Amino acid sequence: MAEKLLMKGNEVLAEAAVRAGCRYFFGYPITPQNEIPEYMSWRLPEVGGVYLQAESEVAAINMVFGAAGAGARVLISSSGPGISLMQEGISYIAAAELPCVIINVSRGGPGLGGILPAQSDYFQATRGGGHGDYHLIVLAPHTLQEAFDLTVLAFDLADKYRNPVMIYADGFIGQMMEPVELRDPIDLSTLPPKPWAITGAKGRERNLIKTLYLEGDKLEAHNFRLKRKYDEIVRNEVRYELYMMDDADFAIAAYGTSARIAKTAVKVLRDKGIKVGVIRPITLFPFPYSVYESFANQLKYILVVEMSMGQLIYDVEYSVKGKVPVGLLPHAGGIAPTHEEIVSRILERVESRGDQR
Amino acid sequence: MKLVFSRPKSMFDRQTHYCPGCGHGIVHRIIGEVIDELDIRERTVGVAPVGCAVLIYDYINCDMYEAAHGRAPAVATGCKRVHPDLIVFTYQGDGDLASIGISEIIHAANRGEKITTIFINNAVYGMTGGQMAPTTLPGQRTTTSPSGRTPDKEGYPIKICEMLSILDGSAYIARGSLASPQKILQVKRYIKKAFETQIKGLGFSLVEVLSMCPTNWGLPPAKAQKWVEERMEALYPIGEFKMPKEG
Repeated sequence: MAEKLLMKGNEVLAEAAVRAGCRYFFGYPITPQNEIPEYMSWRLPEVGGVYLQAESEVAAINMVFGAAGAGARVLISSSGPGISLMQEGISYIAAAELPCVIINVSRGGPGLGGILPAQSDYFQATRGGGHGDYHLIVLAPHTLQEAFDLTVLAFDLADKYRNPVMIYADGFIGQMMEPVELRDPIDLSTLPPKPWAITGAKGRERNLIKTLYLEGDKLEAHNFRLKRKYDEIVRNEVRYELYMMDDADFAIAAYGTSARIAKTAVKVLRDKGIKVGVIRPITLFPFPYSVYESFANQLKYILVVEMSMGQLIYDVEYSVKGKVPVGLLPHAGGIAPTHEEIVSRILERVESRGDQR
Repeated sequence: MKLVFSRPKSMFDRQTHYCPGCGHGIVHRIIGEVIDELDIRERTVGVAPVGCAVLIYDYINCDMYEAAHGRAPAVATGCKRVHPDLIVFTYQGDGDLASIGISEIIHAANRGEKITTIFINNAVYGMTGGQMAPTTLPGQRTTTSPSGRTPDKEGYPIKICEMLSILDGSAYIARGSLASPQKILQVKRYIKKAFETQIKGLGFSLVEVLSMCPTNWGLPPAKAQKWVEERMEALYPIGEFKMPKEG
């Protein structure tokens, strides 16, 4: 039976993974995601799983490589600096086409940066992050209910495409509390078999999980095969929310916590008679390029609001290809945009162009 | 006619890519023989390193992973935790295990991870062309220590068996050498004991094997074997460093 509980974001992410059939967690402490490993350290043994604190993020992600290769549903979580350390392993996991879920409860960088929430790992998350041509599927929740739902979805997408999936949650999502309806746990026996997994070569040809292709033509063929998969993901898995966009003259582009604040700004602006909405990417990869593009002729202006110094804006500008002016409201270091700032940036635009109606 | 010698069933019928006089082929065969003798091929998993032996999966016929450089013990840990009944081994060289992967091997041993590591020490980076390794001997010339390794500049050779045997999680730690047929048989006894340690669930096991790299040492194979005996064994004594505590 589904139950509704008041929970902290990090614990929602962890519980969602357990209910999605995850039985293995490997990690290393880092703020602001520590409630995830702490939760898993007692929760996984309860359901016959294994929690293991690794000696480093480098080791942890390679334990994920081993466990995912062994056919299990596996979770790992970290934040900025730790995610950077994992990039080697993530590249190998993508190359070997192993399914796993990686949570980044993002904090401010660069360097040690700080422990306050940020969205500054957008490029790293959406461009692969490590060496070589590859992509993660990247899901960005903006409420805790969505954090739960997307985490469950993440495990299904990871298995379906044999690809690592990242939940890109900023520190606000990790640390806030909200009521969440928890879906019933899945029945593990209903999961499709993984005939490619390492289980011991009993009564079958042996399985081999590798990423080395010494001959150029074979490595190129491997890359083209991966590309076809990413193309399929782009065709099938784009997710987004249109908030009050039907009649909008202005749009705010934002995801995660920034999108929550943008929605508040939209309500204030709508009360003033400004027709404004939000186009919120839910999947950061694949990005909803065509959705932004489809609004390009309707819109007078797009304001990109992000807790980073101008990363999301690259994808928005690429979408609309100069057909509509795009502005940026950046923040960093744990400073979130206020809805008043967003309101005044849109109002400035309205007044300067005499577009108010 | 009676068949007295054949390829282990756990090995593919294939010639290796290794240079003449290299030790990898010998140790691969030992592993194949041990897997056959223990009758565990269908529940054995190998983890290949980065280095010349990355292609070990071309020779040993069991489920295998290819790990990132130095990370084989972490990959093996992930597999073993999911499938505790499988027999999981890593095969790693000195650059892989004693340099970039030193953290992973120490912590796998210290956790008492029930895996087996075969550690090939030939005192040089082989695949990249003969650079200095953490186990390179003082005075040994390599492409990155052209005048010979000097401890005051490049530090001292790392003694892995000595280090790991003080950890409580290590159950069986031994070092053998490929310097003679007799010593090769000793290596086989060690490797078999290491696998048996894992099968019995007694903890982490590792066998270091002092091995030849004639190509990068600039020595003909026979002299390379002599160099293992005279120079390497003097610095890295062979024998059993830690014995498992049975039940």
